Amino acid sequence: MELAQRGQPIAKPASRPFINNRKVMDALGKAVIYALTTAGAIIFIAPWAWMVSASFQPLGDIFNWPPTWIPEHFTLENYTGFFETAGLGRLFFNSAFLALTITGLQLFFNSLAAYTFAKRRFPGRDIIFIILLSTLMIPGQVTLIPAYLILQHIPLFGGNDIFGQGGHGWLDSYWGLIIPAMSSIYGIFLLRQYMKSIPDELIDAAKIDGASEFRIYAQVIVPLSGPALAAMGIFTFTYVWNDFFWPLITISSPDLRTLPLGLALFVVKNRTVWDLVMAGSVVATLPILIIFLLFQRYFIRGIALTGLKG
Amino acid sequence: MAVAAKNVSQPFRRPPETGIRATLYRMRKEWTAYLFISPTLILFSIFTVFAVLFSFYISFHKWNILEPDKPFVGLANYVRLIEDERFHRAVINTFLFTVVGVPLTMGAGLSIALLLNNKIRFRGIYRTLYYIPNITPLVVSAIIWKWVYQGDYGLLNYYLIQLGIIREPLKWLSDPNLAMPAVILMGVWGGAGYQMVIYLAGLQAIPEEYYDAAKVDGANGFQRLRHITLPLLTPTTLFLFITSVIGSFQVFTQIYIMTNGGPLNRTTTIGFYLYEKAFRHFDMGYASAMAYALFAMILVFTIIQLRIMRREIQY
Repeated sequence: MELAQRGQPIAKPASRPFINNRKVMDALGKAVIYALTTAGAIIFIAPWAWMVSASFQPLGDIFNWPPTWIPEHFTLENYTGFFETAGLGRLFFNSAFLALTITGLQLFFNSLAAYTFAKRRFPGRDIIFIILLSTLMIPGQVTLIPAYLILQHIPLFGGNDIFGQGGHGWLDSYWGLIIPAMSSIYGIFLLRQYMKSIPDELIDAAKIDGASEFRIYAQVIVPLSGPALAAMGIFTFTYVWNDFFWPLITISSPDLRTLPLGLALFVVKNRTVWDLVMAGSVVATLPILIIFLLFQRYFIRGIALTGLKG
Repeated sequence: MAVAAKNVSQPFRRPPETGIRATLYRMRKEWTAYLFISPTLILFSIFTVFAVLFSFYISFHKWNILEPDKPFVGLANYVRLIEDERFHRAVINTFLFTVVGVPLTMGAGLSIALLLNNKIRFRGIYRTLYYIPNITPLVVSAIIWKWVYQGDYGLLNYYLIQLGIIREPLKWLSDPNLAMPAVILMGVWGGAGYQMVIYLAGLQAIPEEYYDAAKVDGANGFQRLRHITLPLLTPTTLFLFITSVIGSFQVFTQIYIMTNGGPLNRTTTIGFYLYEKAFRHFDMGYASAMAYALFAMILVFTIIQLRIMRREIQY
């Protein structure tokens, strides 16, 4: 034993190459990590990058084989073409209008409900909240057909009589897209998780000062929930902007189509005008991309919030 | 003024302590709480509670919105589901899409997260690059991939030929054997970024000490991954697994744009078939029965998962 211990210091020089070896291994490991990460990123971004590149190429060049990644004959005509053929301006307006309106409404209604569920004490609170949450599991397909029929029979709208008969009601109108989407249980859940961490003392202090419940909500809770509201707002905006299914089944007038719907129908109808389609695709993606790049922090944090506590 | 009066009167009216009267009293006192949640509750009662019941009711009827008669048909729609071979095909396709697609997407997401969890430069940029497919509208992604899979000019064929993996261009979306794998691959591309972000959050919640302790014990990188990282990520994995499976049971948009359910129904999923029945043939009774079948599948799956989850997470 003693011998062995005494022997230790002598062995020390031998450990030097070991350290070097490890440094080499570390550097090698790093190189592998960089190589893999970069290769993966290139594969992930390539289809997307190609869309951007193709949107600036004339139709003939898009069909080049091998594909041209850097436009040889740079053109903006695809954009102007899509603008004219598909009524891009109108599509863009519809999408922006709907996304902003629904996001605004949801920010208000969701946060109001979230505050109530997070901080107020009232009979039935927990049971109501659990019932709301448990229905998140129900697939949209189950409520789809009734929702369609309900919208169709809203009285006195879209040519309907007082009994909701005869016309198309809220189908094929902004109403049918906005009203059912005014509040979201998912959004309420996300905000409630965040609001629960706001100290009760702040609310009590406001109460002692005689603030009404609405004032507590508007002047204490909302200002303190900035990051969560930002995350929820961005999610909602993205979701509405990207949504395809609900506009597909409710909207029939070309004037009311959203950008994804207009784009999809354009593709189904004109199978070969890839130049215009690519330009339209870029336009449909751009606003979301800009929002994402600007608010990436909130985006990521919001996702993590739902993911970890879900 | 009003506030002062209320404060004065309060001590004299003693609130009841228990029972129905106490509850009613508290309900009256907290009436604004009900007011605040009322918009949500009204929408919820109409578009969820009523809709779920109404859908169930419709599923027992022959319900075509173009015909005035909507006769009660009992279980006929459900019996039809059992006999309808196209529906069987749709169930198999949905199942395939989920069983292959979800693990692949999660595996890709986890791998990327593990790579990005290293101390490397430009991490933010890498993360953005991986995440961009996820924020791209699904309609746009489907359009891009339709081009990628294009038989004569598509990107995928070109690079696969260059790499010597295939010799002839393949008709990805019109070959019955390739269409579903193609749709799945696009799903992996679009979904991995989301999984990555959640996994990254999960990874960052693992205390560094665990790894230090393992290093002292002489555990190598693979052992640390196997015995520390993966077990501690179990809650994240289960969350992602459940939400991904539920989402992929309902897949629709990419099918609508890329294959329209073809070729030979090889990509007809339940979500797509239901849409076709309800909104192309207006056969809403049958479509409602289908929706309930889908609901039942999701329910069974979720219950099994929650059971497993309760057993697994016990540290």
